[in-house]
Amino acid sequence: MPREPLQILAPDGTITAEPPIGIDETRRLYRAMVAGRLYDRKCTALQKQGRLATYAPFQGQEAAQIGAAAVLRPEDWMVATYRDAAAMWLQGYPWLNLILGRTGDERGGQAPDGVNVLPPSITVGAHMIHAVGLAWGERLQGRDRVAMTFFGDGATSEGDFHEAMNFAAVYGTATVFICQNNGWAISLPRERQTVAETIADKAVGYGMPGEYVDGNDLFAMYAVAAAAVDRARRGEGPTLIEALTYRVGPHTTADDPGRYRNQAEADAWAARDPLERVRRYLEKEGAWDAAWQEAIEADEGDLIEAAVAEAEAIAEPGVADVFDFMFADRPSHLDHQIELLQRDRGAGRA
Amino acid sequence: MPEVTIAQALNMALDEALATDPTVLILGEDVGATGGVFRITDGLQHRHGAERVVDTPVAESGIVGAAFGLAITGMRPVAEIQFLGFAYPAYDQLVSHVSRIRNRSRHRFTAPLVVRIPYGGGIGAAEHHSESSEAILAHTPGLKVVVASRPYDAKGLLAAAIADPDPVIFLEPIRSYRAVKEEIPDQPYLVPIGEAGIEREGSDVTLVGYGAAMRDVRRAADRLAEGGVAAEVIDLRTLVPLDAATLVSSVTKTGRAVIVQEGHRTAGFAAEVVARLQEDALYSLLAPIERVTGWDTVVPLRRGEQHYIPDADRIVAAARRTLEA
Repeated sequence: MPREPLQILAPDGTITAEPPIGIDETRRLYRAMVAGRLYDRKCTALQKQGRLATYAPFQGQEAAQIGAAAVLRPEDWMVATYRDAAAMWLQGYPWLNLILGRTGDERGGQAPDGVNVLPPSITVGAHMIHAVGLAWGERLQGRDRVAMTFFGDGATSEGDFHEAMNFAAVYGTATVFICQNNGWAISLPRERQTVAETIADKAVGYGMPGEYVDGNDLFAMYAVAAAAVDRARRGEGPTLIEALTYRVGPHTTADDPGRYRNQAEADAWAARDPLERVRRYLEKEGAWDAAWQEAIEADEGDLIEAAVAEAEAIAEPGVADVFDFMFADRPSHLDHQIELLQRDRGAGRA
Repeated sequence: MPEVTIAQALNMALDEALATDPTVLILGEDVGATGGVFRITDGLQHRHGAERVVDTPVAESGIVGAAFGLAITGMRPVAEIQFLGFAYPAYDQLVSHVSRIRNRSRHRFTAPLVVRIPYGGGIGAAEHHSESSEAILAHTPGLKVVVASRPYDAKGLLAAAIADPDPVIFLEPIRSYRAVKEEIPDQPYLVPIGEAGIEREGSDVTLVGYGAAMRDVRRAADRLAEGGVAAEVIDLRTLVPLDAATLVSSVTKTGRAVIVQEGHRTAGFAAEVVARLQEDALYSLLAPIERVTGWDTVVPLRRGEQHYIPDADRIVAAARRTLEA
């Protein structure tokens, strides 16, 4: 019998087990998922207006990201990708930074002090091992910080996935691997990425637990991530979590999924929307009404609009912004290259 | 002062760093009980423990990627890759992450790590064990690239690399490990990164080299001296950032230059040195600048190596051409 993903909250909003969090925390995380959805829509719209560079939407993956990130402490590490804005934001990475990055500005990569979130990884797969080194370094310095890394089903085909999983297990680092299996790596479906029944099963080969979870279920994601993070923090080593979800949108705004997948499949998954699931649950519990929905959408939307305005108002980068962040102190060869740039620019204009 | 080899000098630098800085750790394949394939970490695990001198699984990308994470948390990892020809799987980590994190995070996160890599031929090793692909590393923005050629510099440069706030690739000339000896202080000291060394002053021609090639450069200078030619000998010691000022100053004085590198000729590091000299010293030149390099071939195996590696004969011939021009 095929393995079934762990589920606590069914698509109709009923629960099959005790939720790991109470109503207040559920409302807080629902609101975070709403904020993520609004951000995703805003960025897609801005890209169409030419105000952002290519954007990678994460619609449908909000529960996987918010449920996992919610269990971290503020000082924990997060190493995520270009499709993980909701998780990064919940861990303290501001909308401003995320938007600035998508406008094509390195200043977006500067997390605020105290926020231990690396800039989103653009290359696929090479970043997972960083979460191993981060957790290892924390342990060596006597701190119990955990490192959580996010990646997709496609990344598990990279050799770096193997090296990261193996190093984490060999050194028993406090690393939590969150694979958002969203069904598609650009145009390649999950079943052609690997013929393994689940990605979670791959954990067996490394001697670590592998959890298979309904990634559109906020409660299941939270429960499994919390257990993995607790294990990691106790010094009991890494966990691989496969969050079964779906990329409802295109790979990026430059992609056209109509070339390779059936819209009916995407529509079916849209019906299993992770936000709607929590909304139904809250409504049954008497903890949701349309007025509150309207209020949180307005408030979260305003914060995102303010971040967009701030990002677009920032002065264009100067020459120093290009040269001054390569090394702690700018070496002589870069001084020389700045002189060359300024000399030729001046001459070209004369 | 003890007389030591480059191998011993490197071991001393690592030992001192482990003893004085609790954030330093060494990781790599067989660096523990074995002391590394070249025994550079010999005895260090015994003295400093398996938590600080760490044997890793056989995975170069994993070694450098883990070192990257370690460095971001405040550790000072010194990773060892066994041979430069085995470092290619780690290049993605170096190029895509290690070299960029300071820039992409605007100084918020930094990776002060060292990757030590034995390089170069001359010991008749198997295929992939004799590479001199330092130009690829030097071409990567955000990495410092250091190459020691003698025990004094090896110890002081490695100490400086470990103390450096940015990632440093530290290349070690395999065939010189135990072939070059000199007396060095047994106390800690630094040789600054980014400064070439003028080993010998001369007025007729400037010989420029680094790493393993320096032994042949010195031999060539001796032979030229026998013929009455005073060669100025410069050991670059650091490829990035390049000490262009010392090079330009020397060639402005001598008017002639020979650049020696073991790496492949096309787009090799010597080409960069030639370019810098023609930018800033062209009107002092009395002859075309000569390059003595490896060829654009696979590095030959043991029996053919002598056709590839630059030797004193070729360096002397090149120097004479500049004098006859």
